[in-house]
Formats: sequence, structure tokens, C-alpha cells
Amino acid sequence: MGNPMKIRASVKDGVTEVKVLMQHEMETGLRKEADGTLVPAWFITEVKAQHQGRTVLEAQYGQSISKNPYLLFRFKGGAVGEKVTVTWMDNKGDTRTDEAAIAA
Amino acid sequence: MNRDIDLERRKALKTGGGIGLMALFGALGLLQPGKAFAEWNKTAFSSKSMDEALAALGVEKPDNSDAIKLTVPEIAENGSVVPVTVACTLANVQQISIFVDKNPNVLAANFTFPQGTEGIVTTRVKMGQTANVVALVKADGKFYRAAREVKVTAGGCGG
Repeated sequence: MGNPMKIRASVKDGVTEVKVLMQHEMETGLRKEADGTLVPAWFITEVKAQHQGRTVLEAQYGQSISKNPYLLFRFKGGAVGEKVTVTWMDNKGDTRTDEAAIAA
Repeated sequence: MNRDIDLERRKALKTGGGIGLMALFGALGLLQPGKAFAEWNKTAFSSKSMDEALAALGVEKPDNSDAIKLTVPEIAENGSVVPVTVACTLANVQQISIFVDKNPNVLAANFTFPQGTEGIVTTRVKMGQTANVVALVKADGKFYRAAREVKVTAGGCGG
């Protein structure tokens, strides 16, 4: 199920800013161990963010995204206490969902 | 609902054995309506050149645009973590894609913006060597691009 994400959401002037830090190795499949064996690709392929059940951002990731991916985006609306939910899925089919309440 | 079923089948195909089955059941719990993912664009994400990637995304030669503000460091000491921010003042931004033109797989990420989500996104990318970071923005059905070079002093691949 992967490790928990850190999600911070805050609303200001009617716009909610969401910062997400996912925990994932994001292996490219191109890196070699010291003995020359290739480390298999293992990375997040899809991310979806929702606010009160409505999708506010969808992303597809490739191997070029850094380890422990960081994401910032903003959407109109949102109120203090409402929930923002983020879900990722990786190329092995593992998924993780976390949520955070919007702060002021 | 169809998309949910597709995802279930996809996961069922991908996973196998006991642990895989557990993962499948876990995922099923998450599969409420509207939570299904869009299909990952394998062709675009395996593209080895900008032209190939743009073709896979179905994009003709996009125009350069000053309305896209692409924020990247001029010099990255550590190529494995290069912050990239794309902010655009264009109306009705539908999609932002980020490329690193010298990476083995040039497309780094593809973001889709529903109505009401602002045209700004920050992420971090790996860069194997000095290269151009390219932002491709789809706004109101038209594609625009902006590019900036990042000098990399230590690569992000193979560490």
C-alpha cells in the first residue's frame, strides 16, 4: 500500500492551494546496481486529486519524475475543514490514498 | 462505471498470485464511482525524442508563448531533483505537459486540469545531463510551449 503522503491544503481568497509529498522510489528501470544488474522500473504512473468527491487534478507520471514526488496545484473554491483526497497508482498496480482537511 | 470495470480487469491482468490478489482486493475498496484513473499513455511516456512525444500526444508544432511562465533553476547541482513550476496566464488551461529533451524518456509528466483548477503546477524532475525543460500547455483547445535550459553539474541517473 506504499507509505503515507504528506498533504497540506490551505484556502486563501477563494483559492485552495494543495501541496503533496508522495513517498515513492521512482526507479527509472535504467539504473544499475554495483554488480551491473538492472534495477527494474518502479514508479508512480497516475495521480488523482479530489475535493469533496470532485476531481480537481489528474496527472500521469513518467520515469523522469524525482524520487518522493512533490506536487503543488491550486483550484478555485474549497472551505476550511473540507477534505482533499489524493490517490496514486504505480506501474506495479499498487495504490495509496490519503486525505487532508483544508486549513485557513 | 465502465472505467471502473476496465481498471479492475487491468489490475487483475497485472497482478497474480496471493499477494497480487490481496492488492486487488485492497484496490477494489478504493474503487468508488469517479475514482478510476485515465489510461496511462505508454507511447508518449516511452518516447525517446520531443518529436516522437509530441506525435504520441497528438500535438502539431505548438507556438511559443510568453503567457507561460516556466520556472527552473539555471544551474542544477543535483540533477536528480530539479524543481519545475509551470504557471500560465492563458484562459481555460486544460493540460500541462513537462518534458526534459535529453532524458532517455523525454516526457516527465502530463497534468489534466478540470474546470476551476488554476493553470499552475509544481513538480520535481530528474535530469541526466544539461538539457531543455519544455512546458507544453493546452488552453482553449490550442497548444503552446515554453522552454528553458537547465545546466546540470551532476546527473540524476545512476547517481
